[in-house]
Amino acid sequence: MSTDIIINKVRSNPKFAELVHKRNSLAFSLTIAVLVLYFGFILLVGYAKGFLATPIGSNLMTFGVPIGIGVIVGAFVLTGIYVRKANAEFDTLTAQIVEETK
Amino acid sequence: MNRVLTLLTTAALTALPTVAMAAGVAADDIKKQATNFPAIIMFVIFVGITLGITYWAARRTKSAAAFYTAGGGITGGQNGLAIAGDYMSAASFLGITGLVYGSGYDGLIFSVGWLVGWPIVTFLVAEQLRNLGKFTFADVASFRFAQTPIRTLAACGSLVTVAFYLIAQMVGAGKLIQILFGLPYLWAVIIVGVLMIVYVTFGGMTATTWVQIIKAVLLLGGATFMALMVLIKFGFSPEALFKAAVDIHPKKVAIMGPGSLITDPISAISLGMALMFGTAGLPHILMRFFTVKDAKAARKSVFYATGFIGYFYILTFIMGFGAIALIAGNTANPAENPFLDQALVAAGKDAIAAIKGGSNMAVMHLANAVGGEYFLGFIAAIAFATILAVVSGLALAGASAISHDLYASVFKHGKAAEADEMRVSKIASVALGFLAVGLGIAFENQNVAYMVGLAFAIAASCNFPVLLMSVFWKGMTTRGAFIGGFLGLISAVTLVVTGPTVWVKVLGNAAALQPYDNVAIFSMPIAFIGIWLFSLLDNSARAAEDKAGFEAQYIRCQTGIGAAGAASH
Repeated sequence: MSTDIIINKVRSNPKFAELVHKRNSLAFSLTIAVLVLYFGFILLVGYAKGFLATPIGSNLMTFGVPIGIGVIVGAFVLTGIYVRKANAEFDTLTAQIVEETK
Repeated sequence: MNRVLTLLTTAALTALPTVAMAAGVAADDIKKQATNFPAIIMFVIFVGITLGITYWAARRTKSAAAFYTAGGGITGGQNGLAIAGDYMSAASFLGITGLVYGSGYDGLIFSVGWLVGWPIVTFLVAEQLRNLGKFTFADVASFRFAQTPIRTLAACGSLVTVAFYLIAQMVGAGKLIQILFGLPYLWAVIIVGVLMIVYVTFGGMTATTWVQIIKAVLLLGGATFMALMVLIKFGFSPEALFKAAVDIHPKKVAIMGPGSLITDPISAISLGMALMFGTAGLPHILMRFFTVKDAKAARKSVFYATGFIGYFYILTFIMGFGAIALIAGNTANPAENPFLDQALVAAGKDAIAAIKGGSNMAVMHLANAVGGEYFLGFIAAIAFATILAVVSGLALAGASAISHDLYASVFKHGKAAEADEMRVSKIASVALGFLAVGLGIAFENQNVAYMVGLAFAIAASCNFPVLLMSVFWKGMTTRGAFIGGFLGLISAVTLVVTGPTVWVKVLGNAAALQPYDNVAIFSMPIAFIGIWLFSLLDNSARAAEDKAGFEAQYIRCQTGIGAAGAASH
């Protein structure tokens, strides 16, 4: 099958539009989430050192420790959300598009 | 035993951007070294196993696809470990632990920055690369564009990134092996160069990947053991660990919050941008996405890698605090502490500053304290294996840029026979090995700590913008990508050279031409705006062709249709 025919078939398949829309909106919103998470943390480091250095209750543990580790864990969790969604939903849609293009 | 490994610190320094520059290296310490037999034996075992793997891999490395991508036969889990191995350098292991040892919480800030690039890679780059590319990220960046200019740009971006990274690693490795074996620096650098050439030339991506996997497993295992031992000593109570650390550390409770790592927000954000987006532009990392069979395995591998790397960084935090409590606080009286340089103690230095070999040695001393001499030997061998594995990955990425992008695509206009391309890639690997040895010798006594930072800044300012825009922006043209990409590359290099570290400390000028060492906040926008503006102004026939090619590329990028056969898996 020539490339042009494939392109036309995929383009006219409503599932392609659905796939692209869903994947891009998830990928871009998660990207924004990571940027907010990380640069939010960096801004705290830059402008609110005192807050991060504040002890939790009467402990030595400060707010900064769980927040910092939380950003690491959060980045991992956001990655997991994308992978899970992609494995379940996007791969199914992609497989259907490929099947219908044959 | 402790003094034997003094200059491991240099390995960490050379691989850790920016923060490590403040620390000094006592080069005189390495003049005469006793021989560390446990470390040598374990290192020799590591080399033996990896050479065995290389022999096995060499018999399977008959095609270009096998050489560049291990034939696409790596699973998501294996690739996740290999990526983690590529990324968990001596900088993370020795440098970040040393940073926690010296300043506490600041080390965690750095770890966070090194991790957050990975979600970005997952969301925007991994699957796209797998669906569009074959051997190098230039395949993707040049997919719908005129091959000669874009391949040239991508190869320049790759080679410059690889070169700076390589110099830093070679100098570090040379100093490290020098301590382990008591060999002259020259011999040390040659051993690294030869092993790297053997792995890459004979075993290609298959050998490089397995070297990386073995090292990643050893490193994660060793770090887990150390962190566990620390936690056991403190009854799994973070409070008890923090209390012991705060009591002994001269900065007292200040180690529990941000210290002097980040002084102004512009530098902080700029460093963050370089680490975050540079990760998504490192050629030796990007190459790894072609070693798996499809987009699904690509995304799975980044997910695993993110988990391994994040876990590892949390361990460095525990190990760093453990080192404060158990190394600096090893004895109540600093004058009796075997981990301190007694000359420095006598000179009135505190227990943190007086540590033998500097703060980057903290994790090595900790290994000795919690696991004894043989465990120290094991960890020292891992530290060296780490550098060797990273160097091999870099050499393979550099050789691919030369053979696949410059020779086959630019010089032969895509008409090179596979056998010729393979031959060029092997010649390039050998040449890069010689070059690496030469650079290692040339830079022996130079301050190379800024070079990894520069590599990240270039990757973030040239490779990443071109890659991202080519995949997501229909309007990008050959001319826009070429000019914008080179603007990013040149501005990143120029700004780093004119900043305080290189201009003043390395080149010896009186005052810096501009005040920033972290330059991505300037060079990244220059690249993006350059690409956008020069694409917009481009009305050539080629530009129309570039834009017309977007749809076919986009469909393949999103669905993988046409990608399966691309790497002849």
